[in-house]
Amino acid sequence: MDKFSYVNATSLKQVTSLLSDSRWGEVMVIAGGTDLLAELKEYIETPKTLVNLKTLPDMDSIKADANGLTLGALTTVSDIAMHPTIQQHYSVLSQAAASVATPQIRNVGTLGGNLCQRPRCWYYRDETVNCFKKGGDMCYAVDGLNKYHAIFGDGPVYIVHPSDIAPALIALNASLKIVGPEGDKTVKVEEFFTLPAANLIRENILQPNEIVVEVQVPAPNPNTKSFYLKAREKGAPDFALSSVAAVFEMTGKTCQHANVVLGGVAPAPWRSPEAETVLTGKTINESLSMNAGEEAVKNAQPLTDNAYKVTLTQNLISRAAMMAIS
Amino acid sequence: MASWGEASQSRLIGKRITRLSGKEKVTGKAKYTYDINRPGMLYGRILRSEVPHATVTEIDLTDAQEMPGVRAVMPLIEAGRKIRYQGQEIAAVAAETDDIAKDALRAIYVELEELPFVATEADAMAEGAPQVHDDWNGNQSNPSRGGQGDVEAGFAEAAVTVEATYHTPVQTHVCLETHGHVVEWTDEQNLTVWASTQAVFGVRNDLARRLELPANQVHVITEHMGGGFGSKFSPGVEGLTAARLSRMTERPVKLMLTRKAEHLVAGNRPSMTQHVKAGATRDGRLIAYDMRGHGTGGTGGGAGFTGPYVYHVPNIRTERTNVAVNAGSQRAMRAPGHPQGAFAMDSLMDELAEKLGMNPLEFRRLNDESEVRQAQYTLGAQEIGWHRRNSVAGSGTGIKKRGMGVGSGQWGGGGGANTQARVNINADGTVEAITGTQDLGTGIRTAIAIIVAEEFGLTTEDIIVKIGDSAPGLPAGGSGGSQTTPSVAPVIKTAAANAKQKLFEHVAPLLQAPVDDLRIGTGTIYVASDRTKTVTWQQATGLLGQETISEGGEWDRELRQGGVAGTQFAEVEVDTQTGHVKILKIVAVQDCGLAINRLTTESQINGGVIMGIGQTLLEERIMDPMTGRMLNANLEDYKVPGTHEIPEIKPIVFDTHRKVSGVGEPPCIPTLGAIANAVYNAIGVRIRELPITPDKVLNALAEKA
Repeated sequence: MDKFSYVNATSLKQVTSLLSDSRWGEVMVIAGGTDLLAELKEYIETPKTLVNLKTLPDMDSIKADANGLTLGALTTVSDIAMHPTIQQHYSVLSQAAASVATPQIRNVGTLGGNLCQRPRCWYYRDETVNCFKKGGDMCYAVDGLNKYHAIFGDGPVYIVHPSDIAPALIALNASLKIVGPEGDKTVKVEEFFTLPAANLIRENILQPNEIVVEVQVPAPNPNTKSFYLKAREKGAPDFALSSVAAVFEMTGKTCQHANVVLGGVAPAPWRSPEAETVLTGKTINESLSMNAGEEAVKNAQPLTDNAYKVTLTQNLISRAAMMAIS
Repeated sequence: MASWGEASQSRLIGKRITRLSGKEKVTGKAKYTYDINRPGMLYGRILRSEVPHATVTEIDLTDAQEMPGVRAVMPLIEAGRKIRYQGQEIAAVAAETDDIAKDALRAIYVELEELPFVATEADAMAEGAPQVHDDWNGNQSNPSRGGQGDVEAGFAEAAVTVEATYHTPVQTHVCLETHGHVVEWTDEQNLTVWASTQAVFGVRNDLARRLELPANQVHVITEHMGGGFGSKFSPGVEGLTAARLSRMTERPVKLMLTRKAEHLVAGNRPSMTQHVKAGATRDGRLIAYDMRGHGTGGTGGGAGFTGPYVYHVPNIRTERTNVAVNAGSQRAMRAPGHPQGAFAMDSLMDELAEKLGMNPLEFRRLNDESEVRQAQYTLGAQEIGWHRRNSVAGSGTGIKKRGMGVGSGQWGGGGGANTQARVNINADGTVEAITGTQDLGTGIRTAIAIIVAEEFGLTTEDIIVKIGDSAPGLPAGGSGGSQTTPSVAPVIKTAAANAKQKLFEHVAPLLQAPVDDLRIGTGTIYVASDRTKTVTWQQATGLLGQETISEGGEWDRELRQGGVAGTQFAEVEVDTQTGHVKILKIVAVQDCGLAINRLTTESQINGGVIMGIGQTLLEERIMDPMTGRMLNANLEDYKVPGTHEIPEIKPIVFDTHRKVSGVGEPPCIPTLGAIANAVYNAIGVRIRELPITPDKVLNALAEKA
């Protein structure tokens, strides 16, 4: 990696002012570093300054009350996975966190980092490849090898967003707090992520001088059943070929409300209103669950090597729906 | 005639003995080459080509040479020469820290004229493809043809035939410790090398020749090493470069390959594609086999594979070609040619059996001339519960479907006369066994201790085993071909027997008995005809005074035997919604003659099976036709088995005789066919292309539906 200076953060104000004088990539923030360090080593990112967020106070806690969860951005992935309240009432979130990488990575990787991590695309991660995401003029996955790439999102970049936690948070209607030099703002997690059509290079709405500081998750209805299903080639560590974060409000076998958000299939976490519409207000049975899967993928646009993801995603959605009644 | 004695008489041989260095390894105390640090040591790194095919037009080392902390920079290719694969060496640096070395590589200016390339076999075989080698005609070697009998006549007799294409991709070795060396010139003429190698004397002789030094002035040390699998027989460009950087700087140099380089240039198992047509008679006998196949060993040749395999076919016609592509060269890899050949053959056997309406195990029995494997079929079938297998493939109900399969293998592993050893008995009772072999991970260190301890009536902890060092001047062969134990064990055994005889000569007068009436007890020597006459080991060795007994041995052919058979059974569960294959159990019945150490023999079998699982379900070098680059030269996208992939493995040490055979390679062979056949038995769709990943399973299921 190239040399950089290293600053321990003392306050959010200091962090945003360090960031605000810079262009993208000149000053970068680091917390767990499980993604950023690899990018530095591969010269994908070459910042002049790294700002260590781990020295900020009070940003690594989980607060759980009747209204919901407040998660500091520095909360580790394992703390989320192991938290008893999250395991009990927000199982989609705990399952998603537990499916991330390895215990070692979960122990240092943070919530904020998981949401802001960069794509795993093998072209993007190759220093010598100058693709759309690095200011180039093509997405190599289109004519190249694209087994792990997107089936949704309409291009022109076909990366998939690698976060497991993001689909779970969106399915739980979570919001996140962003701090910038002008103060803070809160947005829905769903609105945090962007598609390549809006921004070829970045995967979210953060400006160079902004950071994510907190995630808020409203308490789900007590009749909620939620699941995170993640298909991968290797048990661990492996990123999702496709994943489904599903949150169902149930009355008996009837689904009062469904949130279905997909991971590993689009450049951003991908909500499936088609699956939600099929399931909402209906009594779940095998044929309805299959119908939800079919509807969800009917607009999928697979590339040469990833048509299997269409079937896989369809099946995962059906499986998640069936789990709601088992 | 020399023998290992009866099993009932053995105290240690054939028992389960804990690996001698096990504790050091799991506590991190064992020093691998990677762990060696010498005073004043520099760090070496190699600049490699990022493009697969190019002509070098200019290399300028100036900027790198002028960087603070850089002590040496040397070119490894001249302007005007060609780059033929990604990862090919361009230049090397030695610097005060590894970080400086890495920065210095980036300061080297290289100008290349890029050339069209071929990254895949298909591209290489296309009409008018760019040529990898200027002096070839196209990218394919002349076919090598083989056969016997009359294939056409055979097919005329066939009641059923199967025509299919089977493919296995390139697999890389993924040594946990990457290739590398620490080198130190003790003076201008003497070089000490810590090498991660499976051939201590091979590295010594090769470096001596290349550096024009007398062989005995190169001292190679390999106390522990982290995996070779056939890829670590020579010092390679990196070893020679480390030695040259060290000479230039007069400082020790450590140069270990990066994980990326390890994938790109440190060897691989070639791919295999075979188009095969085979026939069997109504009564279930293989009658004809006609195969055309090819594989790529990258820029190298040697993409051989077995076919037909194991089973007897009277009429055979084969044609194989090597396809050159712009990618790193193959090297020997655990049972070269066998796993891929076995995958194709065992898949083919099941396809034929199904057409005949026969149980695939019965079909194998009819065509397998090995009595050993016939017995293994019975044992393995019992252990896996073969009767539970689906009689109709894919007939299980539910989303997760189970199935069973079987596969077979064979290997040599008879050793050779390549080892010198000495066994010393000191007057204070201590014992040393010394030889220039190396422990590739097979447990030879422990096996040597067991053999000597058995001979002397001592425990393994009483024996100091000195291996992995060329200094004592006791050469041994490289650890390849499953030859280490059958090469080393007979020499150690006879050396220990010779030393024991010498000790008996000292003891005989004291016990007033003839030498041939003396026997070894547990820590004692006694007179066979009068067991009241006895001395302790300490008393006996005390008689040596100033003398040390030091005896060599010879490779007694009677103590070893080549030719082992193996069979494996797999039970799998396939998730038909996700395409994920979960292996539930593998039974590995492995013929191995006398297992000196049953515990490490079982470890060998486990390791082979795990490697076979990787090749069947996960591993593939992915070459990008567009950029000519390996897209997964890491351990994220090049996936090797982890704990989730490893099922219950039941290793069955099938010891049919009391002669030593090597067993390092054969257990990785039958795994592929057993799993692939089990997947078919589960879902009723055959996947003829490895690895069997979810995409292939889902696509196959979709085609069936």
